[in-house]
Amino acid sequence: MTEIERHTYDVIVIGAGGAGLRAAIEARSRGLRTAVICKSLFGKAHTVMAEGGIAASMGNVNSKDNWQVHFRDTMRGGKFLNHWRMAELHAKEAPERVWELEAWGALFDRTADGRISQRNFGGHEYPRLAHVGDRTGLELIRTLQQRIVALQQQDQRDLGDYEARLKVFAECTITEILRDPDDADGNPGAVSGAFGYWRESGRFVLFQAPAVIIATGGIGKSFKVTSNSWEYTGDGHALALRTGSTLVNMEFVQFHPTGMVWPPSVKGILVTESVRGDGGVLTNSEGKRFMFGYVPDVFRKQYAETEEEGDRWYKDADNNRRPPELLPRDEVARSINSEVKAGRGSPHGGVFLDVSSRLPAEEIRRRLPSMYHQFKELADVDITAEPMEVGPTCHYVMGGVEVDPDTAAAARVPGLFAAGESAGGMHGSNRLGGNSLSDLLVFGRRAGLGAADYVAALGEHRPTVSESDVEAAAAAAVAPFRTEGGENPYTLHTELQQVMNDLVGIIRTEAEMQAALDKLAELKTRSRTLTVEGHRQFNPGWHLALDLQNMLLVSECIARAALERQESRGGHTRDDYPAMSPIWRQVNLICSVDGDSVRVEHQPLPSMPVELLGLFDRSELGKYLTEAELSGLPEENN
Amino acid sequence: MGYDAKFRVWRGDSATGELHDFTVAVNEGEVVLDVIHRLQATQTPDLAVRWNCKAGKCGSCSAEINGRPRLLCMTRMSTFTEAETITVTPLRTFPVIRDLVTDVSFNYAKAREVPSFAPPADLKPGDFRMKQVDVERSQEFRKCIECFLCQNTCHVVRDHEENKQAFAGPRFFIRLAELDMHPLDTLDRKDQAQEEHGLGLCNITKCCTEVCPEHIKITDNAIIPMKERVADVKYDPVRWLGAKIRRRSQSD
Repeated sequence: MTEIERHTYDVIVIGAGGAGLRAAIEARSRGLRTAVICKSLFGKAHTVMAEGGIAASMGNVNSKDNWQVHFRDTMRGGKFLNHWRMAELHAKEAPERVWELEAWGALFDRTADGRISQRNFGGHEYPRLAHVGDRTGLELIRTLQQRIVALQQQDQRDLGDYEARLKVFAECTITEILRDPDDADGNPGAVSGAFGYWRESGRFVLFQAPAVIIATGGIGKSFKVTSNSWEYTGDGHALALRTGSTLVNMEFVQFHPTGMVWPPSVKGILVTESVRGDGGVLTNSEGKRFMFGYVPDVFRKQYAETEEEGDRWYKDADNNRRPPELLPRDEVARSINSEVKAGRGSPHGGVFLDVSSRLPAEEIRRRLPSMYHQFKELADVDITAEPMEVGPTCHYVMGGVEVDPDTAAAARVPGLFAAGESAGGMHGSNRLGGNSLSDLLVFGRRAGLGAADYVAALGEHRPTVSESDVEAAAAAAVAPFRTEGGENPYTLHTELQQVMNDLVGIIRTEAEMQAALDKLAELKTRSRTLTVEGHRQFNPGWHLALDLQNMLLVSECIARAALERQESRGGHTRDDYPAMSPIWRQVNLICSVDGDSVRVEHQPLPSMPVELLGLFDRSELGKYLTEAELSGLPEENN
Repeated sequence: MGYDAKFRVWRGDSATGELHDFTVAVNEGEVVLDVIHRLQATQTPDLAVRWNCKAGKCGSCSAEINGRPRLLCMTRMSTFTEAETITVTPLRTFPVIRDLVTDVSFNYAKAREVPSFAPPADLKPGDFRMKQVDVERSQEFRKCIECFLCQNTCHVVRDHEENKQAFAGPRFFIRLAELDMHPLDTLDRKDQAQEEHGLGLCNITKCCTEVCPEHIKITDNAIIPMKERVADVKYDPVRWLGAKIRRRSQSD
């Protein structure tokens, strides 16, 4: 066979967003030779788009905040389906992860006494989000990028080579993770490396490594209206499945309530939640602040009942309740959907988000510079003078690779790890704003550590790559060039996005899920005969043809899990099962691949230890837990 | 609303290439990147272009539109007349890989040459205290999305390959200025800028500021203050002597 470029590392990290870079920093700092592989240029990952901030209970603005309150908010936001251990580690470790960014050069906005400022956000009881205006993601990615450069400079000094122990392979796509064959008992063999191609040249490249960390982000490009970039094609989710690991919670997809709705070419682009955190209000065509009519029972106690109380909260949060515009994202997205369906929408099919009547123009430009710029340049709207039009946009997938909370080790495959949006469990059925950037840092670091410990335990024994697997991966990658007269990948992608948007969106029914699965099966068949024009050098048509296989597999997981879960919770709303069910709260849905088909199995949700349950009132737990679970609680919860 | 626009797009590779003419549909509210995507989907599936966020936040889709360095995703079609032919070419300062994609590795090499942020050794994470007014100057430079349009337009390197070795370019002058103005950075960035990164080659024509999509005042707020302070140190005999002595004691 043809010569393939080969590299050997201790750890390879797929993805160079917040989780991937943080994982790489940790693995390299533990002395491992580490490679980061990413589809785009270094520093362009989707993390750059995060706007509002990083949630961490530093207590700089309200000293009552602590990890227990953050943990409680996170569990409430996820409607108690979160893996409790992930939510606990996340709440405990987030402050340290933010402070270390500052030591690496990040410049957050400050409080009057010179500490890191923190802002209000949906679902967070206290001001908790460390931020830089509304471009926090850029600050995060640049800081991690510059930390990587700092480590490389160290290696240049010590070893005479910037890339001696940490190298970034940019514009390189991984198409398969390789591993040893199953053993006699049918257990999957350990990871041995990964196979991919250089986007620039189209040439193949093989990475031999005993540990692979998946940090590839989300799946939004399967949906038509999305805030996600082209990279978000569910690569890591699909790679994990094909390697023999499993996905959890795939039915839970977050539709961010506020995406741009006009002009059409920018439909879906994110409008940060900070607009509401800083005072912005949602109104319908009748000028009414409709969110007051949509506060669900489980949140009734924590939200204002009148506009006056909601407005007072911005100045005096201790003695007033927060306005319902700051409910968790799933609630706000469904409410906007209902208003538009009831005919009370804005001219372009959204609702109004107004900050112009709430803050002075100068203050808006200072606090929300990117939003001001974005609307001015892309929609000719001056947000200091008029309301924005906004509507829900596919933003985040709660589901992802099933992992061990402490080590980020992926289920069933030794040597495979996952962190960030591509991992599941942390956010339960719905993620709170600001909990993503902190998730990337906390679990990115833990994945780096987990991989380092795993590699150390292997000692001299390293799994080897099988040449026949490499040949098979190479053959699969060039298959689209061999077919003649097949379909255009762009056409198929457009159809997939339409199906997911129409049938697997915010509101779901059994009939629609069935229809979606039928359509997905048809698209899967058609995807086997895609035709790509041109040659392998930087060919976007070819890249899309390969990414499409991942999108189709992940979309099927979402639709199958959504069909299976007969209740409504967080980012999964079934019109035919509108209530939240305590029985279903005990169930995780696990997706795996069996030959060519996706299998969905029930698995019990790990149960929360009593000391953590003790952080909640029994009356609140009563809204989520079954009678049997409640009767098992100790007295002090009563 | 919609109309057919005339586009000329450069296609080729490192060896050869030329402008190709296309007629392509344009809808209301679209940006140039939308039209490039429509070309990919309907006429030229292998047309190479970089892009990511499509919201002016990642700095991937830099190119030249009618000869002006721009982000494809932030250039609205409504800024052109329907009769106008729109010419899209790759960044001129960097070697072409294919079509609109160029090799921007120059910038990543330069990034490595800037010594990293160096806080006081005894300052622990969590103990940093800085005033908002003191971080704001550096925050302006940290808005940079690394689109490299300033690097592309800077005439010191635009048609002068020979200057690339000695010149870091505007993007890295604002990086140096950012670190210089950081309240807790401990290194001397001015001498670095002058002696190792070619600050002296810049003759402040402000082309970089003009093309910056983040409206960072590169020349006025970063380059000129750095140059002034370099001049202060260099030509004030007392400060010159002080700097010499300080440097000697550091190397001891």
